[in-house]
Amino acid sequence: MKKNTLLYLAILAAAGFTACEPEFEHNLTDADYSAGEADFTRYVAVGNSLTSGYMDGTVSRIGQTYSFPNQLAQQFKIVGGGEFTQPSYADDVNNLGGIAGLPGFNTRLIIDAGAGGPEPIAGTSTVTLTAQQKAYNNMGVPGAKSFHLLAAGYGNPAGLALGLANPYFVRHATSPTTTVLADALSLNPTFFTNWIGANDVLSYATSGGIGIDQTGNTNPATYGGNDITDPTVFAGTYTEIIRQLTLNGAKGVVATVPNITSIPFFTTVPYNPLTASAIGDGDTTVGLASIRRANAQLYGPLNQILTAFGQPDRIHLLSETDPNPLLIIDESLVNLGPQITAAAAGNPATAPFATVLGQIYGQARQATAQDLILLTTRSVIGEPPPGVPAPFDTFGVAYPLQDQHVLTAAEVTLVNNATTNFNNAIRAIAATKNLAVADMNAILNQLVSGLRTSDGQIYTADYFSTAKVNTVLFSLDGVHPNARGYALVANEVIKVINEHYKAKLPMITAGYYPGATILPSN
Amino acid sequence: MKIINLTTNLNFTMRKLLSLTMMAFAATTAFAGGYRVSLQGQKQLAMGHTGVGVVQSAEVLFFNPAGAAFLKDRFNFSVGGNGLFAKTRFQNEANNWKASTENFGNPFEIYASYRATDWLTVGLAVYTPYGSAVEWDKNWVGANLVNNIDLEAVYIQPTISIKINDQLSIGGGPIYVTGGVELNRNLSRSLSENEVPLGENGNPAEVTIRAKNVTAWGWTASMMLNPTENIRVGVNYRSEITMEARNGSAQFNHVPAFAQGTFSNTTFNADLPLPAELTAGFSVQLTDKWLVALDYNVAFWNVYKNLTVDFANNIPTSVNPRNYKDASTYRIGAQYKPNQKFAFRAGYYFDESPVQDGYFAPETPRNDSMGFTGGLTYQITPKLGIDASFLYLHFKETTNSYNYTAEDGTPYSFGGTYKNVVFSPGVGLTYSF
Repeated sequence: MKKNTLLYLAILAAAGFTACEPEFEHNLTDADYSAGEADFTRYVAVGNSLTSGYMDGTVSRIGQTYSFPNQLAQQFKIVGGGEFTQPSYADDVNNLGGIAGLPGFNTRLIIDAGAGGPEPIAGTSTVTLTAQQKAYNNMGVPGAKSFHLLAAGYGNPAGLALGLANPYFVRHATSPTTTVLADALSLNPTFFTNWIGANDVLSYATSGGIGIDQTGNTNPATYGGNDITDPTVFAGTYTEIIRQLTLNGAKGVVATVPNITSIPFFTTVPYNPLTASAIGDGDTTVGLASIRRANAQLYGPLNQILTAFGQPDRIHLLSETDPNPLLIIDESLVNLGPQITAAAAGNPATAPFATVLGQIYGQARQATAQDLILLTTRSVIGEPPPGVPAPFDTFGVAYPLQDQHVLTAAEVTLVNNATTNFNNAIRAIAATKNLAVADMNAILNQLVSGLRTSDGQIYTADYFSTAKVNTVLFSLDGVHPNARGYALVANEVIKVINEHYKAKLPMITAGYYPGATILPSN
Repeated sequence: MKIINLTTNLNFTMRKLLSLTMMAFAATTAFAGGYRVSLQGQKQLAMGHTGVGVVQSAEVLFFNPAGAAFLKDRFNFSVGGNGLFAKTRFQNEANNWKASTENFGNPFEIYASYRATDWLTVGLAVYTPYGSAVEWDKNWVGANLVNNIDLEAVYIQPTISIKINDQLSIGGGPIYVTGGVELNRNLSRSLSENEVPLGENGNPAEVTIRAKNVTAWGWTASMMLNPTENIRVGVNYRSEITMEARNGSAQFNHVPAFAQGTFSNTTFNADLPLPAELTAGFSVQLTDKWLVALDYNVAFWNVYKNLTVDFANNIPTSVNPRNYKDASTYRIGAQYKPNQKFAFRAGYYFDESPVQDGYFAPETPRNDSMGFTGGLTYQITPKLGIDASFLYLHFKETTNSYNYTAEDGTPYSFGGTYKNVVFSPGVGLTYSF
């Protein structure tokens, strides 16, 4: 009996302990994923700021780690992807971004909860232009247009003062004469992503259309920084970039240019923010008095004069109950300045200002829903224009917003046409090499109505707001995604790779990635 | 005239920003069905944790207090404890997520009964029907649901048993519960104290809620019927007990500076229901040596609709849907006593999970399970015996998710495939005279 007991005990113990490990019917391992037809051994990303990990108005040491190519590369590693390097930001010790000593290259934007809005984080940038002279897997150069990738000297420090070089490329160009593409190709990529072309149209748009549409001018050397690239130049450049990238048989993904209607920089500030309360700086009574005074002394007389010259719709009286549109300059309008001056001179009430009125309002009109007010214009509205005396010293109300503040309906049309042309070229050229296309234009357009990710969360193209801190995808500059947005971009690229190259890469969940930096004070 | 802020809702106030930031705040509970691992007696556990119709030791005070009236000896004492080894694994193929957790618990029980008069038996039972711990790797993918949770609840139950006649007895008594819970989780999926480079965890903002010495009262009542000499039929009911945690501590760590004003350490109130449980069953003494028993339990988990954590300060009240359903357990056990020295036991049960699809949260990562039990008793003397038991709980693999955590007002889903195993050996002593 005793023997049996021991045996029984032994069996029980053995059964218990061996069965103690939970085993899945299918145990997940890296072998469950595959590269499909792609080879991620040497992945190189070319492009502009959207590839570099630019966010909140700059590249910072930590922000850069969230670049979409770096996020992609982490997934590639599961299926044979190699090391992925990015330009060094070790000198950005305090993660402030910016570039030391260069005007306009400010530190990264943060939300100052005390002051109430986005502003550059306090501190001085420690990012230097020290030449690293190294080709990196991430060859995204902020500010680069299509033809810049092929431009020799784009990384030459001597060209900075002349505007021929880009400080970001100066930091890592392998030589003063090299090109971005040459450095990228020196890594002999087996796989690439190419998201170039946005700046060929967006720098025009973000500047409020102060540049010109260069359609018809095929010499990019003559272009200004805010011009729209000629579509033939774009297609030719793009073809050459793709030809070189695919020369050794590399596969890859190209991405289209996003439409401005999916970018909060253009959609956040309404065209008609002028309520009585807003005009009164929170005090409706004061605002109503201002409206009545403005209608009597400015809007009313202007409306009369413009109506007399057949332009009754340029300027209407301000409403006391509804939000009113901003006053803007539209360069596409016939300049009625002389007529306004002449008419005003005939009226004793307006005669003292006749000349000024003609100068200021000759091409002025009230904005409509077709005009896009830039995000940066928000801080200008209601402020005094430099050198403009009272009573004309309020931007958008008494004094029209200028060309650089607004993308007018006519300018929007130019931007949309160029975006369509470029994207058609990108898709057509990709098709000739059977490359996968990440249609970022279509993907980001989903954000307008709300893009639902696989976990059920819904993301939109909204700018930062208190109600959306966990789901905002755009960084505080309003143009570039934040870390969460780049995660969503990377995930969309993964979907494209899985589909086109029959790969199986694990998904990236945007919800785990951070949004804006919020500080109690700055 | 300044109209800077008129165009957007950038009119920040700290409160507004914060109250809207982390609405998903979801403190969770351990009082979940998956934790109702039945380990309330070495002899009965070995028989599939049957016992509402079994009278053989002081363990009957838990299974059916009425049955104590029929105990052979005047004084009966049982004490025992289990080592509970629970392992859980989690994986999600779409995202290449993997996680696992191994946890240990040590439930115990003490039972004593004394026959005061021929018709009245008094007793005292102390046992731990709820008590478990789950500790995931810190900052794993489900960290905003739970990093770790630790629960203990001790039931102290004085009983009386009244023998109405040789065929019928009734019994019952009040239950005094004392317990505590501790839970740690991250405040959201993405909120950290500082900027964190990709691939590093940094210091995610987190909260620990802790309630100690939470006490509550409940009751139990039961009856036993012996229609023949060899058959016993029993019914036992244990009331719902609501653990009302009051002024527990909520401690926040690694909250970014801007949010510290709102997410400051505070106290919380929460009600945690321990549902009522009804058991019915019987045993048959087939021969001198063979006894078989069958039990059916139903736990009325449907009372557990939400877990609501109400903070003393301005943090919004957190409402976490649970929506449990009533869950049944079916048990069968047998005992073989070849002689006066030994008894061998074996049993099986099927335990339904109260968690419904879409409510599968990783603080209770348990699915339907099958329990395999066994054990033996060795009588050192006729009065003193040593009991040994084991339980192997095999959980059905499940792919499920929790769909009720919200970010910015939109619920999202967290899930994957879960697989658990529990192994629990136990020992005890029985003394009677």
